[in-house]
Amino acid sequence: MGDEAPYLRHRDFPVSTPVLDVSGLSLGFRQDGRMLGILDGISFRAEAGKTLAIVGESGCGKSVASLAIMGLLPENAMVSGSARLMGRDLLGMSAEERRALRGAEMAMIFQEPMTSLNPAFTAGEQVAEALRLHQRLDRDAAFKAAVAMLEKVRIPDAARRARQYPHQLSGGMRQRVMIAIALACRPKLLIADEPTTALDVTVQAQILALLDDLKRETGTAVILITHDLGVVADHADDVVVMYAGRVAEQARAADLFARPEHPYTVGLLGAAPAAGVRGERLASIEGTVPDLRAPPPGCRFAPRCPFAIARCAEGAPPLTEVAPGHFSACLRAPLDGMLGVAA
Amino acid sequence: MTVLLELRDVVKHFPVRDALGRRAGAVHAVDGVSLSVAEGEVLAIVGESGCGKSTLGRVMLRLIEPDSGSVRFAGEDLATLSPSALRARRRDMQIIFQDPFGSLDPRMTVAQAIAEPLRLHRLVPRAEEPARVTELLRRVGLRPESAGRWPHEFSGGQRQRIAIARALASNPRLIIGDEPVSALDVSVQAQVINLLRDLIRDLRLTFVLVSHDLGVVRHVADRVAVMYLGRIVEEGPAEEVLGAPRHPYTRALVAAMPGAQTKTPPLEGDVPSPIAPPSGCRFHTRCAFAAERCRAETPRLEGMGHAVACHFAESLPPPAERIAALGGGERLARLQAFFRGTAPSPTGMGEHA
Repeated sequence: MGDEAPYLRHRDFPVSTPVLDVSGLSLGFRQDGRMLGILDGISFRAEAGKTLAIVGESGCGKSVASLAIMGLLPENAMVSGSARLMGRDLLGMSAEERRALRGAEMAMIFQEPMTSLNPAFTAGEQVAEALRLHQRLDRDAAFKAAVAMLEKVRIPDAARRARQYPHQLSGGMRQRVMIAIALACRPKLLIADEPTTALDVTVQAQILALLDDLKRETGTAVILITHDLGVVADHADDVVVMYAGRVAEQARAADLFARPEHPYTVGLLGAAPAAGVRGERLASIEGTVPDLRAPPPGCRFAPRCPFAIARCAEGAPPLTEVAPGHFSACLRAPLDGMLGVAA
Repeated sequence: MTVLLELRDVVKHFPVRDALGRRAGAVHAVDGVSLSVAEGEVLAIVGESGCGKSTLGRVMLRLIEPDSGSVRFAGEDLATLSPSALRARRRDMQIIFQDPFGSLDPRMTVAQAIAEPLRLHRLVPRAEEPARVTELLRRVGLRPESAGRWPHEFSGGQRQRIAIARALASNPRLIIGDEPVSALDVSVQAQVINLLRDLIRDLRLTFVLVSHDLGVVRHVADRVAVMYLGRIVEEGPAEEVLGAPRHPYTRALVAAMPGAQTKTPPLEGDVPSPIAPPSGCRFHTRCAFAAERCRAETPRLEGMGHAVACHFAESLPPPAERIAALGGGERLARLQAFFRGTAPSPTGMGEHA
């Protein structure tokens, strides 16, 4: 990619300080006078120029965590813990302060770009609007910058596409427009919530490659929320595996795939049809995700876990470092101990 | 092996109308497809949205009438059957849809939903119905007590099991699964994939899997047909088509599979509109190997056993190697054995109540 466009230039930022530092984040919804707990003390960090994948199945809380960070939760949500963006606590600040950060410092893209784009404005106008909101650009300059931005996200014939409406664009192109809007103001953090789930696999590959390139070029910290371990393996630097509102395992991506240390991760890897031996039964996890209105005591995965012992039901297992930089919330980790008799 | 289902030059176009209702072209959903499915075989039809795979699945059951071409089931041309003869034939062919929330009538109990095809085809006397429903529920891994409950009481995976039980009720010979596990979470998806494989084996079913997910296809299919814009571009044994793809489009699909970690650059651009498909080889607009001939001349699907529709199939460079990132090695395989229930008890399991 060219280096002439000014809006995506690298901003120096020490790599060791996380862009986002989430600590002990808990979240629940008040419902009919009762509290429904969704997140139970999750912690993670997103670093500049890196992709942190948050992976888990429906209902594990991965999307709601990002909404909490962005300040996009409904009125009945109760949040505790902390989430610091460049050292500033997002949860403590006013809605107004947070609104000023959204778009400028942190941005988010969603699964279905059609519902996030305004059907009544052209692609170019919507990118230009984001630029004008956060940078003092006049109309013409903003539109010009928007076209350059659309080129940056590799929309072919960007000048013409900028004058088209969302319904005239393909799903892949709409997601590129969303990425252009999100990155228009060089945010330090980009949260991508299942950004390619609605797209065909060849287009998915294009979009993920684009996000990789943009991240390298701009130093933006990317949080990639996905259910697809294959996507994680190809694109993430670090991984948080979530189960039923808690972090089950956290590691560098390479370590997680080489030596998973939580039984849920082991099961998920076995259930992924892209893995495993062709023709062999998939190592599926029996049972279903627990109902969060009545979560099981102790480790929430214990009822489905082949390694569970009585102690697993006694209390939530703490996230423990089982190898350098590799954390597992499992009493039985490191799991090599399970293989002792299985020679 | 005997051929159960045979398609010859099937064409299905859907008219597109403008705002005034005038005919303004047609979606070329299926454009000259010939295929045969042997008894007891699992054939997967794969491709991206708009390639015509779902339409083809429905044409196979004559849920959609083809514009031209023939569909023969067990030697009979479905198009020539009288309405009553076709209805009788339907007990031999069933379909499972993607959305387990949309495919069950919310006003029918599980027992009613499963018994409906039994009554429709007068398969068992009323008195024996409950026993048959119980047997079907057991087959798909649900408790017999589920019979009296309503669809909304079940999770997505359980609903898909109910839909499968309903499809099995009439003892069909052929089942079409249109993205049957695409709406399910990974762990539930694996359970349903295992169930489908068991049923196919135990009941000697012929199964046509319509899917966009090559991972699922890899686990279930014996044979694979790859579609692009209404045509089959490659067809052959699953192991060969996915392991050593020959058509440039199949190669791109395999390379784009998440977890492949190939260094192949992704395919450029979007799938062109099926209303105005490109001339010649329909893939030429996105193909890295395209030449003049590809724009002008439609390649024929050629080859015995493993067929490819590409002018240059013989001269393409070998595809990039895939590295299985999710394989994980021996330690992971041994840990996963515990989930399959095939491993000896892990150390310390004595503490388990």
